[in-house]
This record gives sequence, structure tokens and C-alpha cells, in this order.
Amino acid sequence: MSLDTLIFVISVIVAVFSATMMIVQRNPIASVLYLIVSLVAQAVLYVQLGALFLGSILIIVYAGAILVLFLFIIMLLNLRGNEDLGEKSPLVSQATKFIVSILFVLELVFVVRSGYVAESIATGVADTGSTGFGSVEDVALLLFTRYLYPFELTSILLLAAIVGAVVMARRENRDIQQSMFVEQTPSETFKKGQG
Amino acid sequence: MWEIVIISSIKVLLVVVAILTGCAYATYMERKVLGHMQHRIGPLYAGPYGLLQPVADGLKLIFKEDIVPDNVERTTYALAPLLAFVPSLLTFAVVPFAADVDMFGYRITGVISDLNIGILWVFAVTSLGVYGLVLAGWSSGSKYSMLGAIRSSAQMISYEVAYGLSIIGVILIANTFSLREIVEQQASITDWFVFRQPLGFLLFITCAIAETNRAPFDLPEAESELVAGYHTEYSSMRFSTFFISEYANMIAVSSVATTLFFGGWQGPLLPPILWFCIKVFLFMFLYIWLRATFPRFRYDQLMAFGWKVLFPLALLNTIVTAGLVMLTDWL
Repeated sequence: MSLDTLIFVISVIVAVFSATMMIVQRNPIASVLYLIVSLVAQAVLYVQLGALFLGSILIIVYAGAILVLFLFIIMLLNLRGNEDLGEKSPLVSQATKFIVSILFVLELVFVVRSGYVAESIATGVADTGSTGFGSVEDVALLLFTRYLYPFELTSILLLAAIVGAVVMARRENRDIQQSMFVEQTPSETFKKGQG
Repeated sequence: MWEIVIISSIKVLLVVVAILTGCAYATYMERKVLGHMQHRIGPLYAGPYGLLQPVADGLKLIFKEDIVPDNVERTTYALAPLLAFVPSLLTFAVVPFAADVDMFGYRITGVISDLNIGILWVFAVTSLGVYGLVLAGWSSGSKYSMLGAIRSSAQMISYEVAYGLSIIGVILIANTFSLREIVEQQASITDWFVFRQPLGFLLFITCAIAETNRAPFDLPEAESELVAGYHTEYSSMRFSTFFISEYANMIAVSSVATTLFFGGWQGPLLPPILWFCIKVFLFMFLYIWLRATFPRFRYDQLMAFGWKVLFPLALLNTIVTAGLVMLTDWL
């Protein structure tokens, strides 16, 4: 077994195992940690295919920034995995989920059996070391020539999302300030003290 | 194939040992320099000039009782110091320490791994470092730790933006992401990027100090308000792991600053590895000097400074540098 195959097998096992654990876990913090492990393993796979840039961006953006925010929210809401999730969903809905999952598994098996994925992975590993695919220059060139229009559209979409978030945050903030003001008027406090 | 593995392993071993020794003596240097700056003498009794003080400290920490409070989340609590420590060492994988040498018939490069995306690796690893602090604060089950963790993650996320933008000037001029090539482009002192990117350097070093949570940006462990921040509930070797990772981070940032702005291992007469160490040493001195000079920021000042001063300046630096690079290409 060559070194490349060994690294490939290890990172695939780690990625799939931690992705499964992420779904199975009750504790949200543990879920986030498993997701980080899975992302790092996926970054290793990208690097093995020669796509160093994609691999490092996966870690910088997802593992380094987005999941920190996930962790932040979980910490602020103080979720510890022992919350009451409400009643179990009805039998019909459970059955539907089960059937759809089986269909997805079957589809996955067909794709793997068709040999297309295995073939592309094999050629990818053989190409390791070449910077012809997924390097910084390639990605940048494609982004600023062929995909310039979608790229710029994405930036407008992100800008709209940021503006939307700011607007929503501001409105909510004002409500909170007003309600705090009402609660803290002397007469209210006085009444509470009397009661 | 296998000789590459063996050579790399030896290099990794040497670098890790050097970094850990460096961390130990950085604590000695900090106490000594701070002492003299405050008209004290600093550690004196353990060995000549107190040189064995780090050894004494290390032994003391090993023999201390490992106290685990009752309401901690066990797994995460045990994992957090390691999550803080490992990323701080990973940075050194791409930092070039010396020129290439021929030895035993092999060409040995002065860097563990010459990635062509070296700078991105540094940033990827730095961005993972925040997990150790956040999880330590959260799993300790103490409000001081929690406040320290929230502060540190907010601070690191905010300053990472300006940190990343501050080096784009260097990348634009050097036209590469590889740290080895960046060093090779700074052969003479006039080529050092600090002279071609003065604003970029100031932004980089400011953000780097904030990223490593050092004074005057050491809000996460403000001892007068938060006891010790995220590592309040840690003791013994778990505490010292956090302590070592803080110093390893400082050395890592100093190495990256040396490589990007001060010509890395390039220098006359002395061997390259020595030049590298001298430059890193000067940066470590700067860290301690700043700690002795500046009082701590207030938290809102810190956030306002990051978003309203550093971030726009970094954007300005990027735009001006890009314009100048375009102009020189065009002429």
C-alpha cells in the first residue's frame, strides 16, 4: 500500500465516521467538534487531489470562521443536549423519512457502483503534485474571467444579507431598549416593591 | 520516498524541541526584561543569573495537584488545552528557517514543508487556535472563564479580518503565496518588505498582538476583572499547556513577521539560522516592551479600534498597493 493510498483511506474513514457521529450526537457542542474533524479530513482529501487552495479555504472559512459562530450561538443559548425536543412525530411522517432515506442510500450505491467516482479519484491521486488543478492562479483566473458575472452577483447577494441582518438587529434592539425603559420607571419599581 | 519521511521527521523533531525550549526561555526573558524595565532584578536564585528558573517552574507545575472542578464538561475540558497547543505548533510547518544545504548526498531544505500556499496555511492554522480558548471557557462551567472565552473569540474573529488584509500587500508585490519565495525576494536589506509595505507591517504587527491575546490587547485574561479568563479553572500541566501555547503563538507570529517583512534568514556573515533567531528574538523583545509600556484597552475601545481604524486602513493599503503594482506593470 503506497503512502498516498494510506492517507486517503485514513482521511476517508475519519471524514465519514465523524460526519456520522455529528448526526447521531445529542450534545450540540460535540456535534460541532465532529463537524470540524470531518471538515479537516475533507481538506486533506482536497490537498491530496492537488487542490491546495480549496483545502485551505475550506479550513479558513468553514472550520475557522463559520463553525466558530455555530459554537458561539450554541454557547450563548446554553444548549447542553438535554433539551426537551417535544413529542415524537406521527407514524406517517416517520415512515416517509425512512423510505426517502432508503432511496438516497440506493442512489449512493448506484453512483459508487457505476465506477465514475472511483475513476475520477484514482486519476486525481495520480495527478498529486501538479498545480494545474485548483491552484490559486486557476481559481482566480476562472473567477475573474468566465465566472465574473455570477461572482459579482454573489457579492451583491451577500451585501443584501448583511444589510438585512443589520436592519433586523436594529429594530429588535430598539424594542428591547423601550421595554427596558418601561420596566425601569420609578413607579413600576415602586409598585413591585409594594406587591 | 522513505528518506523524505525520515528527513522530515528529523526536521519536525528538531523544530518542536527548539520551539519548546524557546517557550521556556521566553518566560525567563519576559520576567527578566519586565523586571529591569520596572527597576527590579527579576529571577535570580535558580542557577547563574537565574537561568535555571524555567526548569524550576516546569518541575513545580508538573508536581502540582491537577484539580478538576465538579461542574465541568469532562471530555471538552480535557481536550481544550490540546486544541490550543497543537495549532500553535503547526504554523512552523511552513516557516523557512535557513537556506538549503547539501548534507549526506541529499538536498535538505530549510523548511519542513514548502507549500505553495504557505501563507494561507498560516492563516488556516491560526483560525483554528480559537477553539481551544472557547471550549476551555465553555467547559469550565465558571462565569469568569465563560466571559474570557466570549471576549477572546469575538476579539480573534474581529482582528482576523484586518490581519488577513494586512499581508495582501506583500502577496501582491511578491506575486506568490510561498514563504520560501517571499524570503528569497528579500536578499538585500533594501528589498525588505517592511520598507515597501510600512503601513502593512504596522497593521500586521498590531493585529498579530491582538490575535495572540497579549498586552495591550489581553482582554481575555484581564486579571483585574476576570481572574485569569478562559483558564481560570485549570491547574497543573493543563494550565501550563495553555501557558506554553501562548508563548508558542508569540514565537510563531514573530517568525511569520520576520519571514514576511524582515527578510527571514537572509543576512551577511552569520549563518542563516542565526539571523533568523536574532530577528525572532527582537520581535519577542518588542512584545515584552509593549507589555511594559501600554496599559490595557477597554473592551469597547478594542472592538472600535479593530473595526473602525485597522480594517479601513488595511483596505486602503490593499487598494493603494494593488494600484501601484498595476501602475509599475503598465509603465
